[in-house]
Amino acid sequence: MLLIRQGRVIDPESGKDETGSIVISDGKIADFLPGEAPKIFDGKVIDAAGHWVLPGLIDMHVHLRDPGFEWKEDIRSGTVAAASGGFSSVACMANTSPVNDHAEVTRFIREKAASQGAANVFPVAAVTRGMEGKEMTDFAELFEAGAIAFSDDGKPVRNALVLRRALEYARAFDFLIMEHAEDHDLSEGGAANEGWAALRLGIPGIPSAAEEVAIARDILLARLTGGRIHIQHISTKMGVDLLRMAKRAGLRVTGETAPHYFTLTDAAIEGFNTNAKMNPPLRGEEDRMAILEGIVDGTIDAIASDHAPHDDFTKRCEFVAASNGIIGLETALPLSMSLLAGGKVTPGRLVELLSVNPARILGIKGKGSLRKGADADVTIVDPEDEWEFRESDVRSKSRNSPFYGWMMKGRAAAVLCGGRVTHSLLSDVAADV
Amino acid sequence: MEGDASGERPRERGISPMEWRRRHVLGLADFSTEEIEFVIDTARSMEDVLTRDIKKVPALRGKTVVNLFFEPSTRTRTSFEIAGKRLSADVVNFSSTVSSVSKGESLLDTARNIDAMKPGIIVMRHPASGAAHFLSRHVSCSVINAGDGSNEHPTQGLLDLYTVLKVKNKVKGIKIAIIGDILHSRVVRSNLHALGRMGADLWLCGPATLLPREMARSGANVTNDIREAVRDADVVMMLRIQLERQQTAYFPSLREYSRKYGLNSEVFSLARKDAVIMHPGPINRGVELSDELANSAQSIILNQVESGVAIRMALLYLLAGGHHAAH
Repeated sequence: MLLIRQGRVIDPESGKDETGSIVISDGKIADFLPGEAPKIFDGKVIDAAGHWVLPGLIDMHVHLRDPGFEWKEDIRSGTVAAASGGFSSVACMANTSPVNDHAEVTRFIREKAASQGAANVFPVAAVTRGMEGKEMTDFAELFEAGAIAFSDDGKPVRNALVLRRALEYARAFDFLIMEHAEDHDLSEGGAANEGWAALRLGIPGIPSAAEEVAIARDILLARLTGGRIHIQHISTKMGVDLLRMAKRAGLRVTGETAPHYFTLTDAAIEGFNTNAKMNPPLRGEEDRMAILEGIVDGTIDAIASDHAPHDDFTKRCEFVAASNGIIGLETALPLSMSLLAGGKVTPGRLVELLSVNPARILGIKGKGSLRKGADADVTIVDPEDEWEFRESDVRSKSRNSPFYGWMMKGRAAAVLCGGRVTHSLLSDVAADV
Repeated sequence: MEGDASGERPRERGISPMEWRRRHVLGLADFSTEEIEFVIDTARSMEDVLTRDIKKVPALRGKTVVNLFFEPSTRTRTSFEIAGKRLSADVVNFSSTVSSVSKGESLLDTARNIDAMKPGIIVMRHPASGAAHFLSRHVSCSVINAGDGSNEHPTQGLLDLYTVLKVKNKVKGIKIAIIGDILHSRVVRSNLHALGRMGADLWLCGPATLLPREMARSGANVTNDIREAVRDADVVMMLRIQLERQQTAYFPSLREYSRKYGLNSEVFSLARKDAVIMHPGPINRGVELSDELANSAQSIILNQVESGVAIRMALLYLLAGGHHAAH
């Protein structure tokens, strides 16, 4: 038995935002006790006074690099980084080596996570074998092995017919296809957003249209097939507009963005900063504002980090040659909390973006909620903690972040995963990982 | 410039007394107007050397200049080599065809290896934008950018400015049209700073696929009409069409390009009577520039080449501490 004592319990799924305590038993939420906490409790107590108590956060888009690129990250280090950043669950993409296009790989990830992980790991399997965009993987078998959804992230399904068939086939099982929306012909050779920043530096550009053309295609295929599609890391204004339109039309389309797309613009590439290089690229200010608007009005369903660890030497090189992506698990929550400052995003909405909606979109039962009977995945946040993000504090194996030296407000004080403490900054609570 | 080996400055004509603090020349984007003028003034005094019978001074004696070229280049590399040798530097050429680069060594490793041999100055040309900036962060010597991808070619910008000054006596207010592949041109980006900063009325012209609309934010005028660009121009600078770069066609054919964006006598007649023609070279005769015009008296293309040596001598001299030593 464990009591999370007297915090501000924010659980949008049950419509709750009030002071109270949570009782945990056998890895499940056993009870919610509103108001004053009981004076006597027979079990361990975590004092959450002055803190927020949230359903465990879920990062629905990370790269754990395991198997195959363990020097960049592995399931252990990646989940420790996740816990440290406030996440109790992550969905990891299929671009490992070998690609997660076979049940054996899915099982490997699940088993390694179960034995060594500091967070729940939900593998996303590839849509096509080898992510080559040709033949579908064995969706049903992969699902049975533990795959939660399907994506060729990083290498979108180029052939519209292949994607059409995948969506159509998946519909019968209600499987989710996640798409990295990019028209590769339009983006070919590009290394940064096509705009003044890249033009000035002579860096080949990737136009917004490379993303928008693909999103439009994906939406039309969702309409054609009735399949369920999730647009990953939306970075452009028109991308948000298209998603809004699709939702109005009642299509089964959802979308996520990443913290860097509402925090930074392509101005960050100044000085050929390879830690500002990602795909899709950082866009212009107009895009950034549109992403914020999409978050506020509910068009964007989720914030996911797109945690993409890369070793030093693939980032310490010429800009065009550098790998795409940044680590994000340890900055996603505080950067997302910066949205609260304007008052347009409430803490409850933030929990929807980081927990409720990812659980719903991925179809994970028992998560994204603090209802009685739900898994005891809990994130305890200190909303007032002001801290500097320093390279020396990073728990990921990789260091590729543009945010060192940034002052953050808000931080995960503790994380529980199935009742186990996977992260703690609280003086009287020790993590057990 | 006698006695320079003992740390004397060259006998100068009107070099403004300024402190040269720069360790690298990576691009003109962060050059102040004063610095640009100072380099030009220093180049003028270097040109004195070039008019002598013995075109060599001991200013860089004992210093090593490494020409690190990852792209084929004859004239820029030769120009730097001659500049270095006229200052008595030991010049070493390292080009990608004979280097370990072909064995897959990273730029970082190549740079560290060269740096470990303790050169004074590395002059680098590289196909990636920002490569010189990257190099400068990982070596202890000075770096001169001899062209990095589509980013900058600062010595070309300076030599173009110097050439225009020599021919026109001023830059401010004169109309300079730059025509061709603006999108991929490092020469344009450096000249936006060199010529643009000094007050030229800059016009950029090319087919729309090679002249992004955002280029208007550079402050230059942009047009897809070569006649508009050339009309009443004092200087017409033609850019080389990179024949090898046409992996995705930016225009229908060289024939069509030449018809719409090539400079011939008929179009050039729209320019001012005393207008001159420039080209960073090498020229595709008959493509961007007619053979007739390339050979004409209005062509100052070889003056550019000549200015190039003086500009590069000036920069090598300044980076090697020639000026600093006088203080």
